[in-house]
Amino acid sequence: MAKIGVFVCHCGENIASMVDTATLVRKISEHPGVEVCTEYKYFCSDPGQETVKRAIRENNLTGVVVAACSPRMHETTFRKACAEAGLNPYMLEMANIREHCSWVHSDKEKATEKAIEITRSLVEKVKRNNDLKPISVPVTRRALVIGGGIAGIQAALDIAGAGREVILVEREPSIGGHMSQLSETFPTLDCSQCILTPRMVEAIQHPNIKVLTYSEVESVDGYIGNFKVKIRKKARYVDINKCTGCGDCIQKCPVKKIPSEFECGLGNRTAIYTPFAQAVPNVPVIDTTRCTYFKNGKCKICQKTCQIENCIDFEMQDTFEEYEIGAIVVATGFQIQDTSLYGEYGYGKYKDVITGLSFERLASASGPTSGKILRPSDGKEPETIVFIQCAGSRDPSKGVKYCSKICCMYTAKHAMLFAHKNHHGRSQIFYMDIRAAGKGYDEFTRRAIEEDGAEYLRGRVSKLYEENGKLIVRGVDSLLGKPVEVAADMVVLATAIVPQPDAKETAKKIGIGYDEYGFYNEAHLKLRPVETATAGIYLCGACQSPKDIPDSVAQASAAAAKVIGLFSREQLEREPVVAGVNDATCAGCQGCIMACPYNAIDVRDINDRNGNLIKQVADVNPGLCQGCGTCVTFCRSNSIDLAGFTEKQIFAEVMAL
Amino acid sequence: MSESFEPKIVAFVCTYCTYAGADLAGTSRLKYAPNVRIVRLPCTGRISPMFILKALQKGADSVLVSGCHPGDCHFAAGNYHARRRWTVFRALLAFTGIPEERIRFSWVSAAEGAKFADLINEITEDTKKLGPFTQYQELQKVIETQSSY
Repeated sequence: MAKIGVFVCHCGENIASMVDTATLVRKISEHPGVEVCTEYKYFCSDPGQETVKRAIRENNLTGVVVAACSPRMHETTFRKACAEAGLNPYMLEMANIREHCSWVHSDKEKATEKAIEITRSLVEKVKRNNDLKPISVPVTRRALVIGGGIAGIQAALDIAGAGREVILVEREPSIGGHMSQLSETFPTLDCSQCILTPRMVEAIQHPNIKVLTYSEVESVDGYIGNFKVKIRKKARYVDINKCTGCGDCIQKCPVKKIPSEFECGLGNRTAIYTPFAQAVPNVPVIDTTRCTYFKNGKCKICQKTCQIENCIDFEMQDTFEEYEIGAIVVATGFQIQDTSLYGEYGYGKYKDVITGLSFERLASASGPTSGKILRPSDGKEPETIVFIQCAGSRDPSKGVKYCSKICCMYTAKHAMLFAHKNHHGRSQIFYMDIRAAGKGYDEFTRRAIEEDGAEYLRGRVSKLYEENGKLIVRGVDSLLGKPVEVAADMVVLATAIVPQPDAKETAKKIGIGYDEYGFYNEAHLKLRPVETATAGIYLCGACQSPKDIPDSVAQASAAAAKVIGLFSREQLEREPVVAGVNDATCAGCQGCIMACPYNAIDVRDINDRNGNLIKQVADVNPGLCQGCGTCVTFCRSNSIDLAGFTEKQIFAEVMAL
Repeated sequence: MSESFEPKIVAFVCTYCTYAGADLAGTSRLKYAPNVRIVRLPCTGRISPMFILKALQKGADSVLVSGCHPGDCHFAAGNYHARRRWTVFRALLAFTGIPEERIRFSWVSAAEGAKFADLINEITEDTKKLGPFTQYQELQKVIETQSSY
């Protein structure tokens, strides 16, 4: 005989203000099989959980329904409470009367009625729940880090430092990411290369890290502790094991005028190239879309120049490697938004309207101007630079709704760098708000204003045009309430940070969620910020949301800590939501085998005692089964069922609605 | 049909996308019609046409089946199975006499709280126009009286 305990949570006022909990308790108490039904302000709290545990023990409950928030929120909490009280943790169901009821309705009577029905149907379900035992699976202690920017490098170094193997995959020819493009970094103004390149070298030399550059993840299969990852190593046309990085081939390459992606088009590169001088590994790649040989079938000057035999190989093909992986850290980073969306700022039309990232290259000692701030149009030193903040961010109509987070800081930094390099220069900054929250950040922006003379104008720019070699910037100073016009020599746009253009495809490949923009979803914004909803896959850096270097590094170390924690165990316990076959009724039609996306079902022979085959039945491998239940619906004879979501449970749930 | 007809809609949703989308509607405090009852399943691939029939039989005026967008299934392909199954089931529906408008198929991702809210409002409105779905329920009553002895 079922003895169900139902616990109705008020969630403070969250539920109680919209659902008449007293009526809910009264109605549910009358439901057959309900032994106890009580209400409390916060069942998730310690005394709340104690109430549940006491009720289980005192009444010998066979099942528990907690009518509260989403199971995605507190199912684990209450499962643990059940287990502690001696009840199988899978004898629990959460009736979601908060997210699916009190928060979304405004008619208390109807919301109460709905809450009663939701709770009642789950009481009926839980009556048919079975004791389940978690499944143990082994853990492969090797991590995959996708993306070799500062976040990926940090995560790889931390995991490797804990003695675990790491595969670091980067699709560009070099690791380093966006940070390698930066000049100096806020709020300390130390040179980006100086702090990054030692890390890059450390990563590639680390005995536990295998760096695969110019490579991409092709497919991810499996589950936590047991992923199978296929990686495409794109043809470099240069043998990475033979190349010494002498650079002779680059010097001799006749195709020299290719706008360099690394230099944001402000400098050129050759067809055989390394993205930048400090590239790691320092091995060039051939850009087949630009290379004369690949276009016309003639040239091969690089090969003739190269003094190592067979180092440059034009016949090289993409190769594939497969790895068994236990955990994945996704650190695929960001892109900057295409600023040509903003015609009024004249980006693409006027050469001296550049992005913040281009300004980084101008200010960088290793950049195309060797660190001199010069106008791209005529190479002259600008006297007045106008910086336009939020050029895309916080603009729901044309750009993106969110704040790109780093622009206030880097714009202040740009103004400072300009003041340090050109003592007569003026920086005028159009801004909406100065968002400088962070250690040493507000002091930094104050310093830009007070010591380096950055002039901040609160307002938006409406128009920008060229007149007598000057860029006339028209806007409004909303503090003075007056229109302003500035004649500038150069304009720098603080463009919005957006996800990688292929972020969604990557997410689908890996099996993680993303938000409306394409930033990857964390499992819980506040409490599980580095985990994804997919167990064993973690996030760090700007692929999750716009982030500066300190935040990216902190998150990378956090993700690494999660991976190291996972790898500290030899066995993992997995949810026992898996399919099972009734041998007696299975006809061996193998329909379920066709339906299973995980190849988790096999055929098993049933023999008599003399070894003669009686029949063949389907056999589920619980280690591979992920519990989707597609096979159950496929089965013609109802011989396969999914633990936790059995036919009996679901029908009972539907009947009670 | 009376003005006060409040339809009952049973929604069969997968836990990874649409259930999470409905959670998002909740955390975003989007208001929608209280007529929907959600049944959580691991994947749309688990949703049997029998569930839909049972819901209609037990008093649902409309049924919604919703899961992850094509290509986004947490279980790789469950939603494709669901889609194919729906195509076949739809042909069968005509035969059984159940109007196709009573059953809705949709994709709502975990990021689409607003889409979920809109969808429920839309189905509620549409079902109000269609009126109560009684044919199948009456059949159920007949079955129940017969099976009582």
